[in-house]
Parts: sequence; structure tokens; C-alpha cells
Amino acid sequence: MLAIHCANLRKRYADVVAVDGLDLDVQAGECFGLLGPNGAGKTTSIEILEGLNTPDAGDVEVLGMRWGTDDRTLRQRLGIQLQETQLNEKLTVEETLRLFRSFYIEGDEIDRVLARVQLEPKRKAQVGKLSGGQKQRLSVGCALVGKPDLLFLDEPTTGLDPQSRRQLWDLLEDFRREGGTILLTTHYMDEAAVLCDRLAIVDKGKVIALGTPMELIRSLGAEHLLEFTVEGPDLTVEMLQSLAGVQSARKTESGYSVTTSSTHQAVPALLGAISQSGGRLTLLNTHTATLEDVFMHLTGRHLRDE
Amino acid sequence: MNTSPFVQLTLVKLREYTREPEALFWVFLFPVLMTCALGIAFRDGETREIRVGVLGPSTSLGASSLVATLDADPRMSAVVVARDRADALLRDGGLALLVVPARPGGAVTYRFDRTRPESSVARFTVDEVLQRSSGRSDAFLPADDLVHVPGSRYIDWLVPGLLGMNVMMTSLWGIAFSIGMARAKKLIKRLSATPMERSHFLAAQISGRLIFLPVEAAVLIVFANVVFGVPVEGSWLLLTVIILLGAVCGAALSLFVASRARSFEATSGLINFAIVPMWIFSGVFFSSANFPGTIQPFVQALPLTALNDALRGVMLAGSGVRDVGHELAIMAGWTVACFGAALKIFRWQ
Repeated sequence: MLAIHCANLRKRYADVVAVDGLDLDVQAGECFGLLGPNGAGKTTSIEILEGLNTPDAGDVEVLGMRWGTDDRTLRQRLGIQLQETQLNEKLTVEETLRLFRSFYIEGDEIDRVLARVQLEPKRKAQVGKLSGGQKQRLSVGCALVGKPDLLFLDEPTTGLDPQSRRQLWDLLEDFRREGGTILLTTHYMDEAAVLCDRLAIVDKGKVIALGTPMELIRSLGAEHLLEFTVEGPDLTVEMLQSLAGVQSARKTESGYSVTTSSTHQAVPALLGAISQSGGRLTLLNTHTATLEDVFMHLTGRHLRDE
Repeated sequence: MNTSPFVQLTLVKLREYTREPEALFWVFLFPVLMTCALGIAFRDGETREIRVGVLGPSTSLGASSLVATLDADPRMSAVVVARDRADALLRDGGLALLVVPARPGGAVTYRFDRTRPESSVARFTVDEVLQRSSGRSDAFLPADDLVHVPGSRYIDWLVPGLLGMNVMMTSLWGIAFSIGMARAKKLIKRLSATPMERSHFLAAQISGRLIFLPVEAAVLIVFANVVFGVPVEGSWLLLTVIILLGAVCGAALSLFVASRARSFEATSGLINFAIVPMWIFSGVFFSSANFPGTIQPFVQALPLTALNDALRGVMLAGSGVRDVGHELAIMAGWTVACFGAALKIFRWQ
């Protein structure tokens, strides 16, 4: 069964096309990620699916229902966490959850939600006194308190320290295990790889690749990357591609990047070729291919421009 | 246990108030302090002395004899003032009037600002003293019957105005301010992503405001009554109804004012835009009858004018429901129109 279906979604603001024909199908029970750089249209897309924004064109179905006709029923079944929400600082954690709980006909016990988001010791603390990670967990707690079938999360771990991210990931895993469906956006490839069953890589308002994290990485045709810089005469991409074990090669800003599935063949061949050309290797890095490399391969740009 | 969303939303308002000590100061203490200060400034009993300046130098014989004549009158105190200080003192209210001694063969000149009421009074009092000392005799001596009855002094007139202003301003600021804040923090957007009934949210803003209202109004009324003897001639029930309607009306106006503005700054600007005309025109510190007839329809249509008139009617003249029906209708009209408009145009995202 499909939890979300959207086809040919379009949204344009005065000077920019935010969503440019986005197609998505999310299965019930899966965790689906929209991975892309800032400004790729992820937030606009997810807010359209949440019924908080209206598309210029396109077809949206959420849990088999439509915005505009089934809003009341839909709102009861969705849990939503927005990117920039700051909850009321004067309320305590427990009061905040009680407020959100009161909006839902059926929902979870406050104590259970507190335990889930690991905020029991902070129950009586005012929101203004919480750390960033605790605020974020409370924000997800507010999304969970209505026992949603479908959870929307927009950049849930942006700005969090590694430990807080880990805690949030565990929390989402629990929700998954109980059969919940998640749609999340992120620009962290590791988060996408850990949490998501399937991913859509989004760039400039379009889906440019779709699949499981493994499928996407395999689509590169290689599991390893060699990145190196050379002093001396330039090397040609054709020459590099002809080397034993090398699958693809391209120039980067500072040097070269080569993909391979057999490092033991490619490295000696590469070293030979460099010394033959009269150059000297100044830097060599090898790593296992990641989603970041997939994005680089597809767009020629980094996921994060920092 | 799950409580109703309306109760929860009202509790939010209540907690916002009680956990913000500054808010409590402005709502409860400020109006009392203001009443106190104004009550002392305009206290009954001894009339304040008129401060008169006589243009110096102090060695001038004419100037010192004028000072002696004027100072002898108990209603005023006179001093010699040098030319370079005279204008500044007149401007700042340090002097109500400046007397310029006569040149040989001429008469004295009075220098004053006619738009200051105390200066106009000084003009005639000083003139009377100088004319008499120069030999004018009065055609007859009138008797003064001074008004000291509680209910007809300036402080009696002022307190209902302060009460009305406070009820209206607290509603306007308290609600629009917190909505502006919540919208800037995307909290309103977050709430609109839940199944929350939007009318519950708006109604809770009003009900949260009303919880403190009885205390807020009672503190001021009781204080003014005990300290200054300001009366409540009419029915307490009607007074309560008027205060309640005034607060609800201010709250609805506040929701309307805060319904669209995206930024916190824009909200503050709009609040002031709504408040300032009422401060000026609605007869808080001076009677709105001072404004020309052409703008009276506007002045009378303001909700704070209606509130103040109704409060004064009940507190000072003992008016009944029929007497203030017109004012109640104006406030009810504003309430319905503003709440309806806010519900329709409120920006949730």
C-alpha cells in the first residue's frame, strides 16, 4: 500500500522554481529519505505533502486521501516536525506534550512519549532551558504524541552533536519497528544511509536518482574511490580510464578522482602511469564510495557547500 | 487523561503571563502607580501656585517692584528672570507667564503660550493683581462656590479613563504581542499542522486574557476608591459587564491587528497604529469633547471612547443599562467584526 503518492509536483515562487516536476511513491512502513543540498526544494516538497503549502500543479495523495477534502482526518493521522519551529519557551516539556496531545482524538500516553524521547528527567523543565538536542527530541515527541501512521521530518538532526543525532536515530528506528512510515529530508548522507530504506536524491526540484542506499552506491559501478594530486605534466582522463582496474575517471578542482572496484589493481597501474609521464604523486586518498560520491557523480557538486 | 484543546490553549496563555514577571508589573502595578501619580499631581485642596517671571535685570527698580506686588498675592510666586533664561523657562513650563516691565510711557507686556491652560489662567490672574494695584476697583465681588464633592473632581473623571485604557491596552498588547512572537518562531505554523481547531486557538487567546481581568480591574477600582475616594455610583454588575465587554473587544481587535503581520516588528508597529489614535481621541486624560465636530463621528466610533464613556457613566453618574446601551452596542460591534475578520484572514503559515 502507498503511504504517499505524488506525481509531477510543481511549485514556483516569484523568481525561482522550487519544485520542478517531482514524482514520489512512498510505501507504507518504509523510511523514505529526500536527500539533497540546501535549496534543492526538499522543504517546499515536504510542506506540500504535509498540506502546509499548495502546489501550482501536480497530484498528491497521502494515506489514500487528498488535501482540500480530507484535511481533518489526515491531520489526525500525521505527525509533523518542521525545520524552524521554536516551541513556547515558557512551557515545560510535559505541558508542551499535553498541549499537543489535546489536539488528537486518539494518541499516546504522555509518560510513554516522554520515555520514548528520553526526556523523563526534563519533564518539569521549561523548554527555554533545554539543549538543542533535547529541544529537537521534544519537537519529534510533539509529532509522535498523536500516534501518527505517517511521520514527516524536515532536517531532523541539522545542527545537532553526534550523540544527539544518534539518540534521535534510535527513536526513529523504534517508530519504524512499530510499523510507522517516515518521510524525512536531510542533507547528511550518513543519516540517509543509516535511516532510510529508500532514497530519492533531489536536485533543483527534481528527483535525479532513486533507490536503496546500496543500489545508489552500486550505480556508480564501483565501490572505491581514489583521489590524488600530481606535480608535473597534466594527465588525461582517457589515459586514466584505460588503466587496469579503473572504471571511471574525472578531473576535480585540485586533482583527479578515479573509481574502481579493485584497488589492488588500480593503485599500481596508476603509480606506473604517473612516473611514466614524469610527474610526482603528492597526495593519494582512497575511500569506500558513499552517497556523497553518488551526488557528486550525478551533479558535479558537493552535497554541502561548506 | 486528555483535556480539551481549548482548556490547554487557555492554560498556555495563563502560563505565559504568570511566568513573565514584567507582564504582571505592567498589568497590575503600572495603572495603580499611574493613578497615584496623577492623583497627587491633580490633588484637591490647595491650588498650585502660579509661577510668574518678571524680566530683569534684578537691579531694575521696575522689575523688583512688580515682583513685590505679585509675590504678595497668595496665588502666585514671582521671580526676576534674566532675558537669556526667560524663553527656556517658558518653554519648559518652569514659568507660566513672563511679565515684561513697562517702558516709560507704556504698559507692561505679558509673554505666554496661549495653548497652555495654566498660562491663560496666569494671564488673567496676574493682570487682575496688577490692575488692582494700579488703582482699578472691581464693579462687584462675586462669591466662589468650590466643588469638592467626590465624583466631580478631575481624579474622579480620570480613573475610569485609566481603567478603560488599561483594560483595552492590556488586551491589545497581551494578545497581539504573543501572536506576533509565535508566528515569527513558526509556532503558529506548527500548530496549524495539527488537527487543532483554529477557532479554539483564537478563542483561547481571548479567554486567557479574561482570567486576570477581574483582579486587574478590581485592584485599580479599589485603590482609587480607598485612596482618592473615587466612587462607583451605579451597579457593580453593570460595571463588570462593561469591563468584560471592553476587554473582549480589545482582544478581538488585537487578534485582527495580529492576523496577518509576518514579522514581530510589523506586529508591534500595527499595535501602535491601533493604540495611538485611541490614546489621543478617546478621552483618557482630557475630554474627547475638545475635538472639533467634524471628527466627532470618528472619535465616538472608537471602542475606547465607548468604553470610557460607559465606565464614567456607571461610576460617576450611576447610569443604568439603557444609558450606556449605545456604548455597549459599539463595543459589541467591534468585537464581532474583528473576531470574524481575524478568523477569516488569520495567517497560519
